[in-house]
Amino acid sequence: MSAPSAASSLPAASAPGRSIAAWWQALPLTAVFAVFFLIPLALVLMVSFWDYNQYEMLPGFTLKNYVAIFDGCLSRNEAGDMCVTVKTYLSTFKFSVLVWLLTLVIGFTVSYFLAFHVRSSGVQVVLFVLCTIPFWTSNVIRMIAWVPLLGRNGLVNDALATMGLVDKPIEWLLFSDFSVVLAFVHLFTTFMIVPIFNSMMRIDRSLIEAASDSGATAWQTLWNVIIPLCRTGIIIGSIFVITIVMGDFVTIGVMGGQQIASVGKIIQVQTSYLQFPLAAANAVVLLSLVLMIIWALTRMVDIRKEL
Amino acid sequence: MQTKDRSAAFWALALFFAAYVLFLYGPMLVIVVLSFQGPEGGLTFPMRGLSLHWFHKLAEGLGVVDIGAALYRSLGLGLTVMAFTIVFSVLAGLAFRKKLRGGHILFFTVVASLIMPSIIVSLGIGLEFRLLDGAIKKMLEAFGMDGVLENYGTALGIYTSALGAHLTWTLPFGLLIMFAIFNRFNPAYEEAARDLGATPWQGFRHVVLPLIAPSVVGIGMFGFTLSWDEIARTSQAIGDVNTLPLELQGLTTTVTTPSIYALGTVTMVVSFLVMGLAVGLSKLLAARQQAKRDT
Repeated sequence: MSAPSAASSLPAASAPGRSIAAWWQALPLTAVFAVFFLIPLALVLMVSFWDYNQYEMLPGFTLKNYVAIFDGCLSRNEAGDMCVTVKTYLSTFKFSVLVWLLTLVIGFTVSYFLAFHVRSSGVQVVLFVLCTIPFWTSNVIRMIAWVPLLGRNGLVNDALATMGLVDKPIEWLLFSDFSVVLAFVHLFTTFMIVPIFNSMMRIDRSLIEAASDSGATAWQTLWNVIIPLCRTGIIIGSIFVITIVMGDFVTIGVMGGQQIASVGKIIQVQTSYLQFPLAAANAVVLLSLVLMIIWALTRMVDIRKEL
Repeated sequence: MQTKDRSAAFWALALFFAAYVLFLYGPMLVIVVLSFQGPEGGLTFPMRGLSLHWFHKLAEGLGVVDIGAALYRSLGLGLTVMAFTIVFSVLAGLAFRKKLRGGHILFFTVVASLIMPSIIVSLGIGLEFRLLDGAIKKMLEAFGMDGVLENYGTALGIYTSALGAHLTWTLPFGLLIMFAIFNRFNPAYEEAARDLGATPWQGFRHVVLPLIAPSVVGIGMFGFTLSWDEIARTSQAIGDVNTLPLELQGLTTTVTTPSIYALGTVTMVVSFLVMGLAVGLSKLLAARQQAKRDT
């Protein structure tokens, strides 16, 4: 038997052995995900309907956590303001969309350069690895690395002042929406590069030659051949980036100077006050939204087939 | 790419790529440089001398935080996560090569764990162990074991809840690497071994394992470095002591000296050491395999 085609996600059933033996081998991994993933998710759903007081969770069934989350959200108040939950989600969505667009454009361009313009495969691998190495280092360190650059007395402000472009330091560089987006892009563009580069490498090079032989310009080839063919990579990368930003509390916390609200941050703060049922209800709302986004994205591609 | 000579597009893209790499590494380099700041220096440039002062300060401890203890905890947890990730991923990778009933559901669960917002997983595990604590206390009470009850703290801990939380993050990577390995794996070697009378265990031990060993080292590296730097999934699932990244996250708001950069440099060095060791070991194993094949 030859190696299974790259299109199938799961290695073909080629090795000896019966189904029962296979399940013994898969058991440890299955057990980990049952105990530390599926049961916890079920518990989050269950506890979101519980009541609580200052000391403990009270088993039961109540919708009051959900009511509390959406309190005042159905109608705008006199001042025309939105409720905290809607505001927080809008702010989180704003970050998601911005970071998604930036990481997509940067990730696509970098992958495109690596896949189609670097000719030697050795150089290709080295440059690709160069892009992925920082992924293995601490997120917090990569965040605080921006402080000496963006701070009031940081390198950027110093440079601008020396050049006479500003009289006083720019304040919005650090602990702002700007620094949050910058840190997200810095941290998570890797999640775009890896899947997009992967699907680009699978594109049959003769298709591109065919396009150019038929008289397509570079732009036409890019738009009509390359982008459709690396759709899978784009969508996988998008799912990663969007789910990360939607649930984040560390980056927004550190880079926003603990001033910017996010859904993840709300959940974290509520758990620190031991309001677990309320945090669980928030988690359920967040999860439903994230699942809807993922569902919408996966309508465009069958991930299991193409991973 | 259509022309033989480098086009203008190539140079524009190359410039873009160089800018991206600078953007990627520049800030990290700044951290490393600033950690060697002189004793008079602060969090930003200019450098006031060159010294190991802030590394000494770090070794003495930062405020109330015991950095050494956190470092050992993170190392211990990282190595444990690494071992479990290797064994469980390889086993599951083997399982997926056979007819695995329900394999698609398992695969879907693993991928779901990878893209699930970490705060939700973390909250769930935290809740699970709190509920477990409640149940254990009730049971101890029911059996009248007051002595044990008084001493009972919590089931939340580094090697219980935090270990599980880390595995939900490292195992998806491990399994996906195993898929990549076995997609390129030629089963003819195994068939040959079987035809020569090898038992399944012998086939695995002497044929499959040596062939996949270089990539398995990679899985170990993923396991360790992902655990070493993990915050989001650990945050609600750790109990009363913290891992190094969690301490570091806490320190970002309180420590205003370059010792925090020294700490950053130290953890970065550990990450890079592990990566370097993994690459070296993997190369060594591959070379040994090649040498065997040549003789």
